[in-house]
Amino acid sequence: MDPVRKRTKDLSKSVDSAHLAPFPDEVLEKVLSLVKSHKDRSSVSLVCKDWYNADRWSRSKIFIGNCYSVSPEIVARRFPNIRSVTLKGKPRFSDFNLVPQNWGADIHSWLVVFAQVYPFLEELRLKRMVVSDESLEFLANSFPGFKVLSLLSCDGFSTDGLKAIATHCKNLTELDIQENGIDDLGGGWLSCFPETFVSLEVLNFASLNSDVTFDALERLVSRCKALRVLKVNKHISLEQIQKLLLRAPQLMEVGTGSFQQELVPRQFAELETAFGSCKNLHTLSGLWEASSVYLPVIYPACANLTYLNLSYATLQSDELSKLLPNCSNLRRLWVLDTVEDKGLEAVGSSCPLLEELRVFPADPFDQDMVHGVTESGFVAVSSGCRKLHYVLYFCRQMTNAAVATIVKNCPDFTHFRLCIMNPGQADYLTNDPMDEAFGAVVKTCTKLQRLAVSGLLTDKTFEYIGKYAKNLETLSVAFAGSSDRGMQSVMEGCPKLRKLEIRDCPFGNEALLSGLDKYESMRSLWMSACNLTMNGCRQLAKNMPRLNVEVIKDEESDDSEADKVYVYRSVVGPRRDAPPFVLTL
Amino acid sequence: MESVITHEGLNLKETELRLGLPGSDKPEKETIYSLRNNKRAVPDSVEDRESVSDAKHETAPPPKAQVVGWPPIRSYRKNCFQPKKADSETGNYVKVSMDGAPYLRKVDLKVYKCYAELLEALENMFKLTIGSEFAPTYEDKDGDWMLVGDVPWDMFMSSCKRLRIMKGSEAKGLGHGV
Repeated sequence: MDPVRKRTKDLSKSVDSAHLAPFPDEVLEKVLSLVKSHKDRSSVSLVCKDWYNADRWSRSKIFIGNCYSVSPEIVARRFPNIRSVTLKGKPRFSDFNLVPQNWGADIHSWLVVFAQVYPFLEELRLKRMVVSDESLEFLANSFPGFKVLSLLSCDGFSTDGLKAIATHCKNLTELDIQENGIDDLGGGWLSCFPETFVSLEVLNFASLNSDVTFDALERLVSRCKALRVLKVNKHISLEQIQKLLLRAPQLMEVGTGSFQQELVPRQFAELETAFGSCKNLHTLSGLWEASSVYLPVIYPACANLTYLNLSYATLQSDELSKLLPNCSNLRRLWVLDTVEDKGLEAVGSSCPLLEELRVFPADPFDQDMVHGVTESGFVAVSSGCRKLHYVLYFCRQMTNAAVATIVKNCPDFTHFRLCIMNPGQADYLTNDPMDEAFGAVVKTCTKLQRLAVSGLLTDKTFEYIGKYAKNLETLSVAFAGSSDRGMQSVMEGCPKLRKLEIRDCPFGNEALLSGLDKYESMRSLWMSACNLTMNGCRQLAKNMPRLNVEVIKDEESDDSEADKVYVYRSVVGPRRDAPPFVLTL
Repeated sequence: MESVITHEGLNLKETELRLGLPGSDKPEKETIYSLRNNKRAVPDSVEDRESVSDAKHETAPPPKAQVVGWPPIRSYRKNCFQPKKADSETGNYVKVSMDGAPYLRKVDLKVYKCYAELLEALENMFKLTIGSEFAPTYEDKDGDWMLVGDVPWDMFMSSCKRLRIMKGSEAKGLGHGV
């Protein structure tokens, strides 16, 4: 049932004493199969031909960061024994509606090839791909041993496609449907898991909108004894989550449904008990509309929590301040800015082990907002949480001095994503640009891998980034910079840059062309609403034949402007599925 | 960039975002976004506050046009979360009970512009005629049971927590306030 293809022994090798391998191929393959990271695997394959072949035959997991950088046929030819595929499609700015519909990244052509070459495929993890119901049905019927389906930020399918998965994938262990543009036609898909189906370990349908049949869910949870992750949607009530927790006290990650139900004291106590009985619970999310009245039911589980996602609960500062002292073990915390600076002070004082903080805006488009978080909340967290290394922070005011203090407190930042929501806003105390803030970040945080900048920024910011950010891999820029010099500084520095996404900046052709030497070592470049022209893009395409230079034509802009440009390296040349509004130069 | 930082704020022209190339002044290309003055700490004295608000009035930029894809929040997060100002967008649903009926109904008060419309809807919903045998009552914010129709419609809309259609002897003689 499980034939791993073996390669025929190369007999000539063993007689050629000059090239005597130190140990047999099988041993080399076995050793290399213990190397898990795909980056390490890539390095391994570059050592020599023997190692390339050993990696080829033993590789079972493949990660493709840009689906257009390679073709399914090439993948199939090189790696005969793949069981697990991770594929990413559209540029990240498509999450913010900057990429038109029908741009591409359809999974189907990949599935067709996989069905022929990898009949024993077990795992498919997709991000920003287009997936149709037909594709899901094809998948469900083509791979009898299929186990893991993870769809993050995908679109093009409906709950009908999920029905096919539930019905046909008899060995499914993971169904993780997150944040997709899905057509929610009803919750009946969950009832399609047959009564004989018991293998589920991960179920995440938190972002689906329609009601599932609770009975079917309860039975499913009861019979899947290995279930460790359960994230339900907001239609599941408190009473229902209590029943589910009783059925599955072994759960490690729970996403609750709505936290807004009128409970009598007995129900409250039962919920508390249910949460307390989950001894392995380390991750909690959901908590839609959680209010201070019912939040205490989770207290018995708080001491063990390492990841708490409160980004759907409009908690105020006092509610968070009451909750957090129970959560001293937290490593990751996501909140809404309704908790304000005072709530963040509680984070700083209660969660000394915190490594990651994300603060989302509750009301991003409210122009008159006087609440939310400011620089002082961020400073408070940094002073209490010295291990902080990942931050995503949406705010309406910031100062250079505050950021300098923050990175002095927490010099180990690997991911620093600061979004001052008013584009081009200066330091609100001094009225200076925010250049020195990001200068401090890149000078102090030598391990920085990912940076998102905002606020009023001149070319100076980019000079700092180019000069100091030696480990930077991902850079996001919006409404910043003064001239081509800005982008040029980044292209001349940042030796490890892989992904660069820019919008609404005054960078033109000269800036674009200054990166000629760099683009082949990067995954991709996105530039929209900058000052690029078609001629500049044509020049880039002419000089770099191994890059795909795609221009997304905007109806309103005139013919010489290149409003949205996406540049990426590829071994397969221009893609054949480009829609009419995408010009490959 | 030598940004001219004036006393009032930033040099808006310098940093204005436009679709045209820098230096061009194409009137047909609309400004998709224009910066506004930074919020300054509000001065304490009354006169200052007045003058600030006056200044704001005169030089207030047009309401900020929403920039596509900014702030960078994923759409699922925008769609599934509605902050507590829900009342302005979603309906104002209240429960309606009728004496003797086995289950309750719900109506969205926002749909109706006046009492007559509401009563007609209730009559249709419960297949009855408001009159001598049925009287519409409601529970207000203070928890008191009131007869529908006594106060102006707007006041009723904001104070009505639930409706109850009384039946039989209790209803006799109440009529309704409309």
